[in-house]
Order: sequence, then C-alpha cells, then structure tokens
Amino acid sequence: MKLLTFLLSLLSLTALAQADFEKNLQKRLILAEDGSTIEIEAGRFQLTKTLSLEGKKNIILRGKGIDKTILSFKSQTQGAEGLRVSNCENIVIEDMTTEDSKGDLIKTMNVKGITFRRLKAAWTGGPKSTNGSYALYPVLCENVLIDSCIAIGASDAGIYVGQSKHIIVRNSEAYENVAGIEIENSLYADVYNNKAIGNTGGILVFDLPDLVQKKGGHVRVHHNLVKENNLKNFAPKGNIVGNVPKGTGMMVLAASNVEFFENQIINNATIGVAVISYYMTENAIKDKDYDPYPTAVSIHHNTFERKPRRVPMDSRFGKMYRFVLRFGRHVPAVVYDGILNPAKVGPDRKYPLDYSICVRDNVNQSTANLDAEHNFKGLKQGKDLFDCDLEHVKSTKF
Amino acid sequence: MRILIVLLIAFIGLISAETNYRENLSDYGFFKGTLKDLIPADGVVPYALNSALFSDYASKLRFVKLPPGQSVAYNPDSVLQFPVGTAIVKTFYYPIDERNPKKGRRLMETRVLLHEEKGWVALPYIWNKEQTDATLEVAGGSDQVLWTDASGKKQSFEYQVPNMNQCKGCHERSGEMTPIGPSVRQLNDGQQLQHWETAGILKGLPKDHIPALVNYFNTAASLDDRVKAYLDINCAHCHNPTGPARSSGLYLTWDSKDRTAYGFLKSPVAAGRGSGNLSYDIVPGKPEQSILHYRMASRDPGVMMPELGRQLTHHEGVELVRSWIQSLQ
Repeated sequence: MKLLTFLLSLLSLTALAQADFEKNLQKRLILAEDGSTIEIEAGRFQLTKTLSLEGKKNIILRGKGIDKTILSFKSQTQGAEGLRVSNCENIVIEDMTTEDSKGDLIKTMNVKGITFRRLKAAWTGGPKSTNGSYALYPVLCENVLIDSCIAIGASDAGIYVGQSKHIIVRNSEAYENVAGIEIENSLYADVYNNKAIGNTGGILVFDLPDLVQKKGGHVRVHHNLVKENNLKNFAPKGNIVGNVPKGTGMMVLAASNVEFFENQIINNATIGVAVISYYMTENAIKDKDYDPYPTAVSIHHNTFERKPRRVPMDSRFGKMYRFVLRFGRHVPAVVYDGILNPAKVGPDRKYPLDYSICVRDNVNQSTANLDAEHNFKGLKQGKDLFDCDLEHVKSTKF
Repeated sequence: MRILIVLLIAFIGLISAETNYRENLSDYGFFKGTLKDLIPADGVVPYALNSALFSDYASKLRFVKLPPGQSVAYNPDSVLQFPVGTAIVKTFYYPIDERNPKKGRRLMETRVLLHEEKGWVALPYIWNKEQTDATLEVAGGSDQVLWTDASGKKQSFEYQVPNMNQCKGCHERSGEMTPIGPSVRQLNDGQQLQHWETAGILKGLPKDHIPALVNYFNTAASLDDRVKAYLDINCAHCHNPTGPARSSGLYLTWDSKDRTAYGFLKSPVAAGRGSGNLSYDIVPGKPEQSILHYRMASRDPGVMMPELGRQLTHHEGVELVRSWIQSLQ
C-alpha cells in the first residue's frame, strides 16, 4: 500500500513536472551556479518561448540523447530562437533534439568555449522557406566544437559558424538545408568527417562585407562526403545563400587561405567546388575594409564524380552555364570566376603563388576559369589550369 | 526516483539562489502609503523619457533612487553612469480606460534594476491580482490584460513579463548588463535635469548645448528627428556596435553617421525569413521594400523586431517609419 501511494505521488509529481517543465527549465538555466550540470529528462516537451542561458561559466546542458530528449518549439509564441546562449564561457550542449523553432534553433553568441555534441536540430516539415534560418548557430564565439550533430531543413544554413575564431566541425551531418555547413567571416576552422547530402549547397566558406569580424580564412575542409546537393534553393530572398545555385558541392566566396582535400564530392549537378569573388553576387560593396577576392585557395586530393547531364536551369548560374558558357553535359568540377585583385597581380596579370588558386591531384579533375571580369571572353577550360601547390593551412587547435 | 532527486536538487538550488534578492517589491521601501499608488518615498525620484520604448502599449512609471549623499556625473553621450547602490524602478501598467483615468489602472509588473558591486541586475516583480504587492519571478510570466484604448476600443492580449535573462537580451553592452533609458538626451525636457541638479543627484550640468531627443509623437518636430528618436530607443539598445545585435552590422543609434550601418541599401545578415524576401534594410522612397518596415509591422516571433518585449504592432511607430522612408530620396 505504501508502495502504491509512493508510486501515485511519483506519478502526479511527474505530471506536474511535465506541465511546469518549461518554466522550471528556464528557472534552472537562470539560477544555475557556475560549474553545474543541467540534466533534461527524456521525453517530448513543447515549449512556447526561447530558452535562454546567459552570463554563466562551465555549464553542461545535457539531455538523454538524440530523439530521446526532444524540445519542440512548434507552438512558439515568443522569441525567435529555440535555445539562446549568450555572454558565457565553456558551455556544453549535448544529447538532445531541438525542433521547429520560429527562428534559429540553437544560437550562441559571444561564448568563449562552446561545444555542440550529439545534437539533432531539425525542422520536421521538410525544406520550406518558412523554416528558421540556422539550426546550429554560433556567432562571435571562440573555441567552437560541433561534433556528431545533425542539422535538417534550415532555410539558410544547417550548421552555421559566423564571425568566430578557432572552430572544429566534425562527424556531423547536414541534410535538406539551403547550405549544409557554412563558415562565414570566421578564422581558423577545421571542417572534417562530415556528411553534407541533399542540400542546395554542401559546404560553404564565405566572407561578407559590413560585419564586425571582417576577414575570415585559414579554413581546412577535408575528408567530408559532399553528395547530391541538388535541392531547390528555398532561402528567402535578400539572404546571401539565396544566390547559391542548386547543385553546388562546395563554394568559397571571397575567403582566403582555404584548403580542400580528400573530400568525396559526388553528383552535385552544377559545381564541384566554386571559387568566386563577392562581385559575382552583384551586390554593391560599400565597406572600405572589405576584401571581396578569394585568394590562396587550394583544392587537392579530392575525388569528383558526376553523372554527365545538363546543369539545372533554375539559378542564374545555371542559365549562365547553358547560354553563355555552353558547358553542355560535362561541366568542370572546379570553377573559378577569375576576378583578380588589381592591387595584387603582377605585370603578367597573375597572382604571385601565395595568392593563387591551386588545383592539383584530384580524381576526375577538370577546371574552368570563367574570366567573369571580361564578360567571359577569356573563358578557359582544361584539366590543369591551376596547377600549383600552396603551403598547407594549419589544423585548428583550441 | 532520479527525476525526484533532480527536482529536489533544483528546488533547493532555487531557494538558496533567490534569497539574494528581495522576495517582494514592498520589501525595498521605494514607496510610501498604499503600495499600488506608487508614491515615492524620500530620495526616490520620478523621471520621464523624451521618447519611450514601445512595450505593447503599456504605460510606464519610472523612478530612480541613488544611495544617500551620492550623485551622478553629467555625460552627454551615453546612459548616465549611476553609482553602485542605485536602483531604477519601472512599473508597467494599463489604464482600465484610457479616456477616463479615474477608472483606475492595472499594474502588471515592476522591474527593479539594482547596481551592485558586480554590476547591474534586473529583477522582474509581478503584481498580484489584488494589486497589493509584486513578487519576484526570475522566470517571468504572463497574464491576460484588458483595457479600453483612447478611441474607446476594447483591447486584450496575453501580456508577457520577461525572464531575467531576457532582460539582459536588451540591457546589454559588451556582455555587461546596463540601463537603457536614462541618458541626458532622453531626460532633457528643459526641466528634469535642472530639477535633478537642484536635488543634488546630478553634477556638472552645463548651461547649454545639452543634447535632446525629440518626442517621436511630437508632430511639430522634423520627421528625421522623430525617426532618429524612435529608432534610438526602440532598436539601438541592441542595434549598436557593442549591443546584442552587433553581429548584424545594423546600428540604429541616434548619432550614427554611417548610412550603410544605419540600413540604407544594406543587405541583411543572418536575417533568414526575417528578410521577408526583400533585399535591403532601407530602400529610400520605398517602405514596402524595406526590411526595417517589414519587421516592425510583423507579429511573427521569427520575423518581428524588436524580438522581445513586443507582441502587438506599434501602428503609430510603423506609420512614422513608413512615412519617413517614403520621404527619403
């Protein structure tokens, strides 16, 4: 009898805990002492507001596992993010699923030492422009580790690291996002052992103007599987990834010191790797400190595979390929827009080696220089247009 | 069983951590007489801002209390640097009927900003139904509110009290908690600062060249000045070079000189569907193509700006910004 009473009270307590889950969890996040671990039990929980962790040190926020602890923001009425972590040090978020927030799923801002581990962050209704922008979104952070995470359905980037320093993204998977993984205006990043499959673009390394952290670079992208990124671009207009043509494996936009090696770049319908300047976006540049040219990009020992077919027509790039460049069914694996920084070219109108784009030793290598700045008049195609060797980018250490 | 233990530990944690601050608003002694009348006790000074932050049409009463014998130094640029020990007390309420103040008011919450040794803290106190006192709720709360607006229309919505972390979502500069409102430019109405000086709580007030923001409702002021004041108080607490929205590169501070940073033909950064399929924050002459206007008008949590402290659309503010963008060449 005593046992029964105990079990009953336990049951009602659990029911109470379910009902008050949101408020309690938020309260625990607010009152957590530095150095503590906040455990979230297994179950599916509906939340209506952004959860926020602010101004703490050495906190672990831990669920019971992917698809075991599920925080759903489907009925969110307040705040844009699912979980927001700001102005913290050494935070670990692990072992849970977050779903269907109105804005970003997990945004961390100004955090020194942030780990995302074994997290799934997904919009569950398929790829839609009404989905939030970023699934996992560290911005203005240092020492960022994203390990064994899954990001699905973001209308911008699934895994997006912005304006940060010292970054590792590994063992993670991105499906059905506009950009699978994006490193933007960030320094010292290592992106490896990931899968980017079925996005519009697989892995992007971008530098944009008008931001706090100006110049990104020193990025290594290696041992990734970048496959069938042929999804229609569903980003809301106005966003830079809205320019990414469907069928893009990887892209460097205006970033420097980027090395791609030992990636499997398979059946991306438009481009294997694109190296382009910000001028290709046709947006005006008003930021005087901004460098719109990609330099020192090296692409080696990757494997390219692509079934011969015409490029999809629904992007500006696709139209350009068909009507201007006339690549036909065999499009080059690596494409460079050929827009050069006039301040950096020598008398031979070429970059010195340490600014060059180098492409060497790839399986099924084919390349093109679009010469976009002269209206494609000097378009060149061939296997070895960019045969050179750059110093390796150093691996990232915290 | 493990859940029970976790809950128990969490509960003990709550109790010990909460005792750092007063449980009830009445415990502070900011007011004398019946608490809900909010009659300031000695040393508690009421103040008003030239242009106030829109908070779902709530009315606000503001008070500041400096530690005895202390003062704040004049500074024309930023929020006044109040000494440690200062309390700022802001109460949000709705008149029962905006056309007839005699019908009374419903007090919703009082936010107490305390300047402690380690920095500012923001504490949300929620008023009880009986309106006898307000209790600290670190996790915030919500309640249905009903009132009759100035045009006689009945209004109602679920009022949200922010949690302590959300407070910092706006009250932040370079990661530190800070007040937003009480700057010289906001307090300068021709009398208030002079009164503060006489009362001995403000030092170094110059005779002239004191900056002032206009009241954005004042149609006698220029459209430019009104919008500058509106965006400064409603947006620039986040959208400034050291604020929580610094990653966007959009800075809407009153003294901003960089037109791109102020939004003119500026592409959005990480706005996602907040862009509303539009390309620029402000397109001169074209409010319907301007993201600024779009996000101010929206009530979708994933789109709207400000992100916090607003559920209703500020129609008058949207109209102000609309007509300003329309007027731009």
